[in-house]
Amino acid sequence: MNYTSKKSLTYNPSLSRNIGNNSLTIISALFAIISVLPLILVISYVLIKGGSYINLDTLILEPEPPGDDLLSAGGIGPAIIGTFIMTVIASIISIPVGVGGGIYLAEYSKSGKFAKFIRFGSNVLAGIPSIIAGVFIYAIIVSTKILFGSMFSGIAGGISLSILMLPTIIKTTDEALKLVPNDMRRAAFGVGASKFTMITNITLPAAFSSISTGVLLALARAAGETAPLVFTALFSRYYITSFDDIFYEMGSLSVLIYNFALEPYEAQNQLAWAASFILVVVLLSLNILSRWISTIAVFSKK
Amino acid sequence: MNKKNIESTPSVSLDNVSITYGNSVAVKNVFCDIEKNQVTSFIGPSGCGKSTVIRAINRMNDLIEGCKLSGSVIFEGIDIYAEDIDPVEVRRRIGMVFQQPNPFPKSIYENIAFGARVNGYKGNMDQLVEESLTKAAVWDECKDKLNESGYSLSGGQQQRLCIARTIAIEPDVILMDEPCSALDPLSTLKIEETIHELKKNFTIIIVTHNMQQANRVSDYTAFFNTEKKDKDLGGKIGFLVEFDKTKNMFNSPKQKSTQDYISGKFG
Amino acid sequence: MLLRVNKATTAKFSLRKRPTSEKMVDVGFKNIVVAMASMVAVVLFSIFAVVYYESTESISRYGLRFLFSSAWNPVTDEYGAFTAIYGTLFTSIASLLIAIPLGVGTAIFITENIIPESIRNVIGIMVELLAAIPSVVLGLWAVFIMEPFIRPFLNIIYELFGFIPFFSTQPLGAGMMPAILILVVMILPIITSISKDSLKQVPSKLRQAAYGIGASRWTTIFKVIIPAAISGITGGVLLALGRAMGETMAVTMIIGNSNNFNWSIFAPSYTISSMLANQFGEADGSQVSSLMYAALILMILTLLVNVFAQWIVKKLSLKYQ
Repeated sequence: MNYTSKKSLTYNPSLSRNIGNNSLTIISALFAIISVLPLILVISYVLIKGGSYINLDTLILEPEPPGDDLLSAGGIGPAIIGTFIMTVIASIISIPVGVGGGIYLAEYSKSGKFAKFIRFGSNVLAGIPSIIAGVFIYAIIVSTKILFGSMFSGIAGGISLSILMLPTIIKTTDEALKLVPNDMRRAAFGVGASKFTMITNITLPAAFSSISTGVLLALARAAGETAPLVFTALFSRYYITSFDDIFYEMGSLSVLIYNFALEPYEAQNQLAWAASFILVVVLLSLNILSRWISTIAVFSKK
Repeated sequence: MNKKNIESTPSVSLDNVSITYGNSVAVKNVFCDIEKNQVTSFIGPSGCGKSTVIRAINRMNDLIEGCKLSGSVIFEGIDIYAEDIDPVEVRRRIGMVFQQPNPFPKSIYENIAFGARVNGYKGNMDQLVEESLTKAAVWDECKDKLNESGYSLSGGQQQRLCIARTIAIEPDVILMDEPCSALDPLSTLKIEETIHELKKNFTIIIVTHNMQQANRVSDYTAFFNTEKKDKDLGGKIGFLVEFDKTKNMFNSPKQKSTQDYISGKFG
Repeated sequence: MLLRVNKATTAKFSLRKRPTSEKMVDVGFKNIVVAMASMVAVVLFSIFAVVYYESTESISRYGLRFLFSSAWNPVTDEYGAFTAIYGTLFTSIASLLIAIPLGVGTAIFITENIIPESIRNVIGIMVELLAAIPSVVLGLWAVFIMEPFIRPFLNIIYELFGFIPFFSTQPLGAGMMPAILILVVMILPIITSISKDSLKQVPSKLRQAAYGIGASRWTTIFKVIIPAAISGITGGVLLALGRAMGETMAVTMIIGNSNNFNWSIFAPSYTISSMLANQFGEADGSQVSSLMYAALILMILTLLVNVFAQWIVKKLSLKYQ
């Protein structure tokens, strides 16, 4: 008999194999707890600490210049509007371009060299640090004053956010369309539909929920980005009052958090926590919403 | 040879075994004694629980979430579902060959050596690899490419490699869950020959949906059937209809449904 | 009805003969989507071209000396990015070394049937939601909550091991160590979720094969499951590395932003991205060009990591097919 360990079927806890197995299981459980801990800590601090500074004034007032006056620090109203405006600008640019690019990859390209290159390129673009997008927009828009002579502006901020959204949207559109069964395409062609009709009436609607999941996730990421805005949109303490104001400095929640967290005054720090509360609640809701959409999509396909 | 020896203890006996997945009963009240060094086959229509039962014999069902067993599975006098049993030890004594050939993504040599090492093999590894592959009747095809991936073999050869891998750990019992269902007739024939050879050293339990195969390879046959669980639910519960020597089973079955199944009226 | 084809029924379909307008829409649409796809290439090339162009002044003035000098003096116009490059590489690799066991361990824990599936799913979702928290919020949390909390522990390390260069300065607040820890928090979700997906894709028949010959749970995991999933896990780890190198806000807020090189991980330091965030707004003249040079280096580093990630996923996944 060449196998020495074949004796009893009884579980022997002192066997080195069993000790090793149990300790590894405990270690992996411990790692899982450590991994979840930061989320719980960050969320609870932001919700409790940030939530405690939320009131109507905080939500609508303009922030006052930094100073240690807790009673008249103002609020984060313009930053909420600014984040919203710049995210909308970014979406207006990146959603059509991203979905269009995804349609090209999934419906037209097959697996040609150009498509391979575009897929590779969007992976590379996705991996480029977000601050580089800011540097790039600073160089081509801010420092050149190419947009009607304006330098730091909401529109420059929105454009730099769109660079970050683009690869995510292309990728999810491409993958969502590839999951649409080819039978549907054959069926559409079979009744004489043109390719344009087939895409707009059959495959895009079929992939709609997966695409919107990806768009929502890209949107959530862009809304929380700071690095590309720090020297493109800069910051402003004032509400915008006319359309022209998007060509001037614009405040955002994320840059407000960055600026005010580093102020030595308690009053500004409190506003930073309040802004974090709003940002985290909105972003987590977007994430949960996108998850919910994708589960709905799975169920409706069954 | 086939004369039943009353004194001999069975290798594995199922004592009132019922298995459930979550809330649905898959198979219920199975009693069955499996003799040492004999081939026992489980036959029956699909959904009758024959695969579920064979997987219960070496606790592979532990891998399936929500799978529960009541009753007891006795292996050499020990209830392998008792609290203090180590399922890993059980699987070292009761090896298994699966429906789909599943070699590891390693070389042919490593496929055999991995299991042996896991089981604490002390002897000459080269010799073990050659012996096991020879016993599984696949040595000639493999001997010149032991360092190539297990996936470089054909389906039938892969399955015999998996049998060799199981033989190498020297279990007492080998379970085979429809080992030929993914194979062509020629490979099937080779595996059946292998089973004949293996009977000398191992107790073999084989699940098959092929009655001719059961007739050709096995000494004992267990016929499982299904019954409607509930008119509303529409689910099926498997149960053991008849268990006897294969010879008797195919020549003079005691139950009407066995007769019907064997003569091809359903299934 | 439909089967009876005659002149009357064909007349019902006024579009039987495709009008040119429909063909034009078809061709036009194709051209539009091709143009949109090309935008990726255009943007990517312009980013490289612009950053390279803007940094030419600095490149020609300093050449490779820029990489090894830690001078950063707008007054004397002397620039070198050694501290920032070292900081970028050190923080990202150190955070990776901490995050790999944590992330892969968590991924294994939530793909094995150790605890009920519903709890595992909750853990998985929570780790992924961590990725949704913006970097700047993590920075805020790191500044006000995490750093004050860990400082006493870092002080103990300093007092016990202060003779080792890596721990040779007293932790006084912002510094490299808190930056490393916040980077761990940021890359953990990437490693965990990509590892989890790769582990889940390992065919169950391999797991059965290992259990069927009497392998224990962790022998199966280490010898069969992880080797089969290694391409995905490596890809995830490399993506995380790229992310850590480019991560800006949280790091900028907690690393201390000092260009003085110091071996100690408790001392303030710099990364390329934190240097950009900190100085770009107010820079002019040759300082901008030097910042652009640093940005170019950061881009090349992340590009190499990302290309390597894509290559290795392809290379390793071929092995198991």
